[in-house]
Formats: sequence, structure tokens, C-alpha cells
Amino acid sequence: MLSRRLLDHEAGGIALLVVVVLLSVVVPIANLWVPESSAFHISTFTVTLLGKYLCYALLALALDLVWGYCGILSLGHGAFFALGGYAMGMYLMRQIGSRGVYGDPELPDFMVFLNWDSLPWYWYGFDQFWFAAIMVMLVPGLLAFVFGWLAFRSRVSGVYLSIMTQAMTYALMLAFFRNEMGFGGNNGLTDFKDILGQSLQADGTRVALFVASALALGFGYLFCRYVVTSKLGNVVTAVRDAEARTRFIGYRVERYQVWVFTVSAVLAGIAGALYVPQVGIINPSEFQPLNSIELVVWVALGGRATLYGAALGAVVVNYAKTTLTAAMPEVWLFALGAIFVLVTVALPKGIAGVWAQYRSRRASSG
Amino acid sequence: MVEETNRRERNSLIDRSRVFEFRSEPPPREELVNTDTGVILYLENITVSFDGFRALDDLTLYIETGELRCLIGPNGAGKTTLMDVITGKTRPDQGTAFYGQRVDLLRLSEPEIATLGIGRKFQKPTVFENHTVFQNLELAMAADKRVWPTLVRGLSGEERDRIDETLTLIGLIDTVGGLAGALSHGQKQWLEIGMLLMQNPLVLLVDEPVAGMTQPETEATAELLNRLAGDHSVVVVEHDMEFVRSIARKVTVLHEGSVLAEGPFEAVQADARVREVYLGA
Repeated sequence: MLSRRLLDHEAGGIALLVVVVLLSVVVPIANLWVPESSAFHISTFTVTLLGKYLCYALLALALDLVWGYCGILSLGHGAFFALGGYAMGMYLMRQIGSRGVYGDPELPDFMVFLNWDSLPWYWYGFDQFWFAAIMVMLVPGLLAFVFGWLAFRSRVSGVYLSIMTQAMTYALMLAFFRNEMGFGGNNGLTDFKDILGQSLQADGTRVALFVASALALGFGYLFCRYVVTSKLGNVVTAVRDAEARTRFIGYRVERYQVWVFTVSAVLAGIAGALYVPQVGIINPSEFQPLNSIELVVWVALGGRATLYGAALGAVVVNYAKTTLTAAMPEVWLFALGAIFVLVTVALPKGIAGVWAQYRSRRASSG
Repeated sequence: MVEETNRRERNSLIDRSRVFEFRSEPPPREELVNTDTGVILYLENITVSFDGFRALDDLTLYIETGELRCLIGPNGAGKTTLMDVITGKTRPDQGTAFYGQRVDLLRLSEPEIATLGIGRKFQKPTVFENHTVFQNLELAMAADKRVWPTLVRGLSGEERDRIDETLTLIGLIDTVGGLAGALSHGQKQWLEIGMLLMQNPLVLLVDEPVAGMTQPETEATAELLNRLAGDHSVVVVEHDMEFVRSIARKVTVLHEGSVLAEGPFEAVQADARVREVYLGA
């Protein structure tokens, strides 16, 4: 019953789940058990790169939920991603223990360097994985809740809200750049050693992180489908299309907006937490407004309000970015701008929209 | 009035079983909206100004339970502003607006007023165009409209039947699965009335229901509104005098923000002042 509700007539969604399952079976085998000399071997570098794409795809899902379905164009979703990443990074820092350059059993290197003599209170608890895992969701969620409550209660919407979200992520970036904040200043958190007792350099750990990202994407997709196919999903799209009408039939619009915004921030936080151990660093540049804007381009290219389209867009744009920045680094930003213009003019419904059009044309002619 | 409320509160505190009343569920709507006197909307001495312009000027109007009332008046007479005041969109500078004898409309928000049973149809039909006709009605249906219950609850068979009933009443049963955006102009108007009905309203405020409708559509609408009066109090704002004549039992003429005349259609039509400002004779 539920599976029918989630996946009926959702060829794109089924394809996404199939890919996710295939990847989480094939990639571990091809990396760990296929010998390096074989053509079917997947290098650990590639595994990590793919894992990164999957985290971006989850982040894109989160943005699609607020933008595609609720019509809230957040230009600061990168902030929630980064906050989730920082929470995970703090756990990883505490795991270094006395193996740091200065060998302090308690303090991370950058604190020793700043001559701090004790751990700030907000670093307490991060030596426990379960605590960090809760914070990964709680911190972005709480920020989104407070921000959303203030903004939506005052009926701030449209471009004003977008600008405020942009300002939020910019302010966080400036704050995290400061050494006094206690998050490593502009170097951020890095030099991680292990996670849950397993070395982060080991192939097995890399593969496990990859599989965790794939599962998070799969379950994240199913969760978002559950939300958008529920009556709440209908209310949320109603808010997007005719906000005043929704209010006059008795819905407290601002509560729905806050709910979706918060849930989306939590998803973004989880994506960030899976991203950081794979790339091995988190620093304030993750907060830069450009990242959040890029994220909007992923979703626009893939197709708004389709979920699977957002995930697809994230992978396509990032693959292009990896290839292009390696070949011609100075061209990338122009290419990104060109993609955005092209999508707005030629593909208002993104790749998913083109696909749907093609299918309906085939169905009507055949 | 205030004394009356105070006494009731004191009594409820003496009665031990009701000591915690204020903490538990709010009382049912029937108890809140007391219409023993036969009047459901009391609008008294209402003034609304926008930058010095008085959209409503010391307006007093009573709507009786179950009646069908037409509001007419030239452009700028304050008809839409009056609807805004009743539904909580605009707060008046002066005056009182009571719904039944106990509910002070001026202290409630738009969703609260809607939930208590005052439904509004806008001048321009606004339905959810990207939702199906069925979903439009489902969204409008009176239900627990808080976030979490909306996420987890499904549709019961009883609720399905209610939606089907309404679909039959508004004549849209054949388009149930289609997108609301694909409906004709007239059908959208009916769907919007259907959405109001799904909220179990006591009062229906209907702004220009036949604007842009064909003659058969206009007739069907007149019949529909006539059928709804009685169970509901219906207030219709309309320009089309032919239409008003066909449905009205009682007409209120607004002019420059206050009531100019009130009574049966023929009496109002014969009124010299009304002819002067509005009927143009």
C-alpha cells in the first residue's frame, strides 16, 4: 500500500533507487575484491568521489523539498550542510586524541596553537559518536526552526526571504572565519584520523562511508516521497501556488513553511555529516554564498518538484565540475552561469521535464 | 455583555467538573457561535480608513441565520473591504464585529475565523490549479489542520463520501480526477464554492459569483446558492442586477462605506436615493 503510494508512476524515482542499490553492491565488490590490475576495479579515489556526489544529491533533495514543493527559494542551504559537517568534524577532531602534532590528549591542535588551556563548553560531548550524530541533525534543524519561525511568522517571502537566507550563510561564514569562535578559523577542521575506531585512510572505511551515503540518499528519497505524497505534501504545494487561499481554508501557512524548512535543513545536515569524513576537511568556505547558489542550479537543471531530478542534477553538474575544473579551471564559473541561463530559457522544467515530455509524446503517438 | 461573560466564567469555576475547562479542548463551535437570537453576524459602527479615505464609514449591518443576502453598491462602496473585515484580513479602526453572540471576530486570525465556519469565495476564482478537483476539496475539508496530523492521517471512507456528495452538488463529479487548472471559468467558481462547503461553514461570503459566466452557468449558480441558503447564511456581493433579482430575498445597498437602503429587491429598486446613486435613473 505504502510502496504503491511512494513509487507508482515514478519511473525516475525507481531508477534512482535501483542505481543506489546497485552502487552499494557493485562498488564495494569492485573496490575491495576485484584485483587492481582488472579493468573492473574501482579505485578508492573514485569511490570517494562518487560518495561525494551522493552527499550532494541528498543535499539537492533537501533543497527541492523547500523550493520545488513549498516555493521557498533558499539561497542559504549550504549553511545547513556546513553545520552538519562541522558537527561531524568536531567528533572526528576529538577522535584524534594525542596523535595530533602537539600531542595534547584533550585539545585539538588549533586550540593548543591559540594557547587555550581548556576545551570550550560547546565542544563537550563530541567525543561520543551518538552525541555528534544528534547534533548533526539538531543544530541545523534548530537554526532553521528559529530562522523560519521569525521569517514566516512575519510573512517574509519571495526574494526578500532569499536575500535573508543568503545573508545568514554569509554571516555564518564570517563568524566561522574567526579564530575566537573555536572552530579552527579559516583552516577549519582537518587532519582526521579515524571514525568509530576505524582508520579513515583504510579502503574498507571509505567503502563503508560510500555505502552509508548511498543508503542515506535512498532513504532520504523515500522519506521525501512520503512527505510529498501525504496530505501535508498537498498543503505545502497549495501554499506554493496560492498562499492566501490556503490560509483562508484554515491552514496556518507559516507552520507548514517552518516545518518543511526545518526538515529540509536536517536532511542537509545529514548530507554534510556524511560528506566531511569522505573529503577529510570542513572549513568556513563551505558557508560561502556561491555554494548555495550552485546548489540551486543543480536543482533547476535536474527539474524542480520531482526529487529524483534534483538528485540527477546534482550528479550531472558536479561531474561536469570535476571534469572541467581539471581541464580548464578558469572556465568553470562561466560554464555554471551558462548552464543556469540555458536551463531558465530552454528547460524551465529541467532534465526531468524533458524526459516527462518525451514520455507523454510517445504515449500519445503510440 | 462583559458582565455576562464574567458571570459565566465565575460559574464555570464554581462547578468543579469545569475547573480545568480552559486547559482542555476548546468548546465545540455550536457552543461558541451562539445564534439564539437568529442573528449570526453583528457588524456595528465599523469604520476603516486607508490614508484618510473612508472605505467603510460607521457601517452597521446584521446578517440573520440561514438568510440569503445580496450586497450591492457602486465600485468603491466598500463591499470587498467589508468582507475583508469579516474574514480577519483587515482590522477596522473603530466598531465591533461579532460572530454569533460570543465570538469577537476582531481578535481572531484568518485561519481561526475560517475554522470557526466563515468561508469566503474571492472575486477572482482561486482554486489550486496544480491539484486535482478531488484534492482541492480534500484540502478544504474541515479536519485537524495542524502539521503532524496532516502528515500522517489518511482519508476515511466517510470523508470520501462527503467529498463525493459535494462534487455532485456542485456538478463536478465527472471531472473529479482532472486538474483544477483545466476547468472552465464557471466550473472553477463552483469548485471554489464546493471548497467553502467542505469546511462546514455557517456563513458563506461569495464575492461576484457570476462574473464572466455564460447564461446557463449563471442560472445554475443561482439555483445552487438558493439551495445553500437555509442551511447556511449566504452573503453575495454582485453587480449583475438580473442575477440579484433572481436570487435575492433581501438586498442591502452600500454607498460610500455605509448602508444606504435595505429591504426586498423591489422596495430597494423603488427607493429614490438608490436610483440616484446606483441604478442611475
